[in-house]
Amino acid sequence: MKRETLINAALLLGLLLVPLWAYVTDEPFTITLATKVAILALAGVGLNIALGLGGLVSLGHAAFFGIGGYAMGILASHAQSYTPLMESPFLIEGTKSMPVIWVTAILASALAALVIGTLSLRTSGVYFIMITLAFGQMLFFFAISWPAYGGEDGLSIYVRNGFPGMNTLDPIQFFALCFALLLAALWFSHRLANAPFGLALNAARQSPARVETVGLSPFHLRLIAFIISGAITGLAGALFADLNRFVSPNMLSWQTSGEIMIFIILGGVGRLCGPVAGAALFIALEHFLGGLSEFWHIWLGLLLLLVVLFARGGLIGVLAGRQVAHD
Amino acid sequence: MKLKSFVAAVCMGLIGTAALAEEGKVKVGMITTLSGGGAGLGIDVRDGFLLATKMAGNDNLEVVVEDDQRKPDIAVQLADKMIQSEKVDVLTGIIWSNLAMAVVPAATAQGKFYLSPNAGPSALAGKGCHPNYFNVAWQNDNLHEAAGGYANDAGFKKTFILAPNYPAGQDALTGYKRVYEGELAGELFTKLGQKDYAAELAQVRASDADSVFFFLPGGMGISFLKQYADSGIDLPVVGPAFSFDQGILQAVGDAALGVKNTSQWNKDIDNAANAAFVEAFQADYGRLPSLYASQGYDTANLLLSAMAKADVSDADAFRAALEAAEFDSVRGDFEFAANHHPVQDIYVREVIKEGDVFTNKIIGTALSDHSNVYVDECKL
Amino acid sequence: MTFILLIEQVLNGLQFGVMLFLMAAGLTLVFGVMGLINLAHGSLYMVGAFAAAAVAGATGSFLLALAAALAAAAAAGALMELLVIRRLYNRDHLDQVLATFALILIFSEGTRWLFGSFPLYLDIPDALSGPVTLPGGIAYPAYRLAIIAIGLVIAAGLFWLIARTRLGIRIRAGESDREMIAALGVDISKLYTIVFALGAALAGLAGALVGAIQSVQVGMGEPVLILAFVVIVIGGIGSIKGALIGAILVGLTDTLGGIALPAVLRLVTDNATATSTGAALSSMLIYILMAGVLIWRPQGLFGAQA
Repeated sequence: MKRETLINAALLLGLLLVPLWAYVTDEPFTITLATKVAILALAGVGLNIALGLGGLVSLGHAAFFGIGGYAMGILASHAQSYTPLMESPFLIEGTKSMPVIWVTAILASALAALVIGTLSLRTSGVYFIMITLAFGQMLFFFAISWPAYGGEDGLSIYVRNGFPGMNTLDPIQFFALCFALLLAALWFSHRLANAPFGLALNAARQSPARVETVGLSPFHLRLIAFIISGAITGLAGALFADLNRFVSPNMLSWQTSGEIMIFIILGGVGRLCGPVAGAALFIALEHFLGGLSEFWHIWLGLLLLLVVLFARGGLIGVLAGRQVAHD
Repeated sequence: MKLKSFVAAVCMGLIGTAALAEEGKVKVGMITTLSGGGAGLGIDVRDGFLLATKMAGNDNLEVVVEDDQRKPDIAVQLADKMIQSEKVDVLTGIIWSNLAMAVVPAATAQGKFYLSPNAGPSALAGKGCHPNYFNVAWQNDNLHEAAGGYANDAGFKKTFILAPNYPAGQDALTGYKRVYEGELAGELFTKLGQKDYAAELAQVRASDADSVFFFLPGGMGISFLKQYADSGIDLPVVGPAFSFDQGILQAVGDAALGVKNTSQWNKDIDNAANAAFVEAFQADYGRLPSLYASQGYDTANLLLSAMAKADVSDADAFRAALEAAEFDSVRGDFEFAANHHPVQDIYVREVIKEGDVFTNKIIGTALSDHSNVYVDECKL
Repeated sequence: MTFILLIEQVLNGLQFGVMLFLMAAGLTLVFGVMGLINLAHGSLYMVGAFAAAAVAGATGSFLLALAAALAAAAAAGALMELLVIRRLYNRDHLDQVLATFALILIFSEGTRWLFGSFPLYLDIPDALSGPVTLPGGIAYPAYRLAIIAIGLVIAAGLFWLIARTRLGIRIRAGESDREMIAALGVDISKLYTIVFALGAALAGLAGALVGAIQSVQVGMGEPVLILAFVVIVIGGIGSIKGALIGAILVGLTDTLGGIALPAVLRLVTDNATATSTGAALSSMLIYILMAGVLIWRPQGLFGAQA
């Protein structure tokens, strides 16, 4: 365990130092890339709670990512045009304040996760994979054909939303916000895994019958894990939308679900910092391979295949050795 | 307040870097779709643009090309990269309206010029127009309006119209209806990305339509036309040029022969600039130029004409030079309306076969000196 | 809606349904026998379409093109099974999802690399072009009727194969008890390769048949793949009968829902709203159907207890 802790620390320090170095050398785009890594890692941390801890293979997490994005897009676009979100029965104004948007994104995606989870968790195994995929597609098609908020075109926000006391348009300050949220989520997920809830959830994954005999409901444990997972991914979606100042149905597509899953597998399933390592590797590949060849997805696919077939612990597993089996 | 100080800071930064940059140099960032679905359009825009710069041989123009994969988030990041790291003066290249909406407002707000070689969403033509935004192709509604104009000339009284259910599709039907004077036999929204139109064709057949108007870009249009030809429905079809352009026609094959479509350009427009363009494009790339290639070519020539008159560091002078649009367009006469969108003739073309190659020929003019309806909403 | 229009739309739904069945049959067989979830099944559909377009372009013969589609997809499927898939049978679903997702990336970009980004041209054969008139004065494209016929013949053939032949007995035995049939001396890995190649060939055939009325391009497989998933989840994973019923149910729902919904909405709201809302809702309809079936019967209509 010790070696993995060291690797985690080095990884997070690296993610902090790269943008700082870029700030000093005036390479703002590198900061933007690091911010993207932090946000995507946050989405991965969210999915990892369902996937790594709960053993719930959800191929529909783009739904929560997108809901978080649209929470930001809808609130900010109303604030931008000075039109209230709704007037009756009570007035709701749009907002450009990040904390309010974050809370909204978390609540909205948690609510969606409650509904989707309640229905999907009646099934298991491959049915669960497919029904989560189907719910994701349902939202995707809805977003494309719903004209009020841009449909396929998406929603554009001209200026990034604000955070009290900070200039979020400055890349390094926005990075600091995202990085702080990532650290908070990592701390939370670490605590969760070692709390009674996490232990019970882990037990429910390995042997549901035993959990039931001690009086806990595996369904409720899984549902709570699914909701927490969706909420964190939703928060990441709101940040991602703010990074791009733009939200579109693309965020809801099933490829997005697949990509979030890729971060986890590249980094290592069930590892605390697996998503961070995976997201960093993914962005690095996209940036460098994408510059070399139009067909970089072939190499990404081959790499992913090799990791799945031969290096099941992912990047962190390779570095830290096999301690945590993901059975 | 924060925004103001930010924009001010950016402008200061601009002036600072411009002072460092060499006199007369312009760096262009081209963000376009070179991989994934719809890559053909981006490749044509890029090739047309680069052909013009090559023919001009102007060493002061530097072009950086990047692939957006047709993904809005990638496009935004490329724009950030080009503005922040590459320090470009002018952005161009985006094909799709949704990507343009993601990139253009932020780029122009940071003082960059944006020249659109294709997408012309209404939001950027009306209230959202910007002094630094120029569209060299068309406002999105234009070709659909022209199709409506052609329908009037051809005497269509009952058209059946259909488009995918997304903003550009809704704009297409609105544009057609704006000019078309007859009745509608039916109006349908299809699913975006839909490939099977059997259900829609059955409804066309069951209606008393005398003609069909459709806007289905990319693979959707190929599927529709092939199935239309096979359905035995024998009504005249009209549509905007997108489903009948050079890159796509070969995949549609015989099903497109004889179809009328509206376009602001075709390879047989008779002027010296166009003849030179068509010949040089074929010589360099070994294929016939498309509508998109012509738009890329015109965009580059507009930029070159402005560079000849003003330095990009003097934004006001450079903008005035762009507004004057004194370049030899392959379309012949070309000028900008007050909201920086073209005022131009839009033609009716017919799909023909030249030897083994499917292509278009102009058979008439649908709308002359056509501008757009959003001019009045724009406060420039 | 007139009666003739209704019949025509039912035929359209049926045609869509049997195409989905060709896709879903392979998926559900592979899952039933090997317990494997294969996202790359859509890539085999694409391989079939591209092989058909390439051969039709070179020879001009549609029959040769169909044969090429079957052969290319079966070969690609067998290769995929030998190199990658067989390493996944004992893994969990997560590994299977990711490995086959990786295969999609490789197949899609590889095809783009070979054939370019522009769509390819594949036309329906002259003998089947144009409409035929059915009893009752319904004009319906001959090619679509042929697709329905081919699909139904293949469905019947599959039922026969599974119920009556030695291969079918082994497949059914493999579904119920893997260890036992291996113990009885059946070459289980050869059986797996054959089942996988069979499923791939069906997907490739579907790709070629549909490619002729739609467009042949990279990425054409994934939307169909997701629909095929919906089909087998509704029908019950592992059940060929479930796949057939599920496919026709999805085909009819999608086709008829797209027409009925706007018409129904027009009764309660104005025309423009009804048209756009109806289109939005109908694109979600099959997913709502799937969610409904799963809530009612979590193992699908004909599935064994999950």
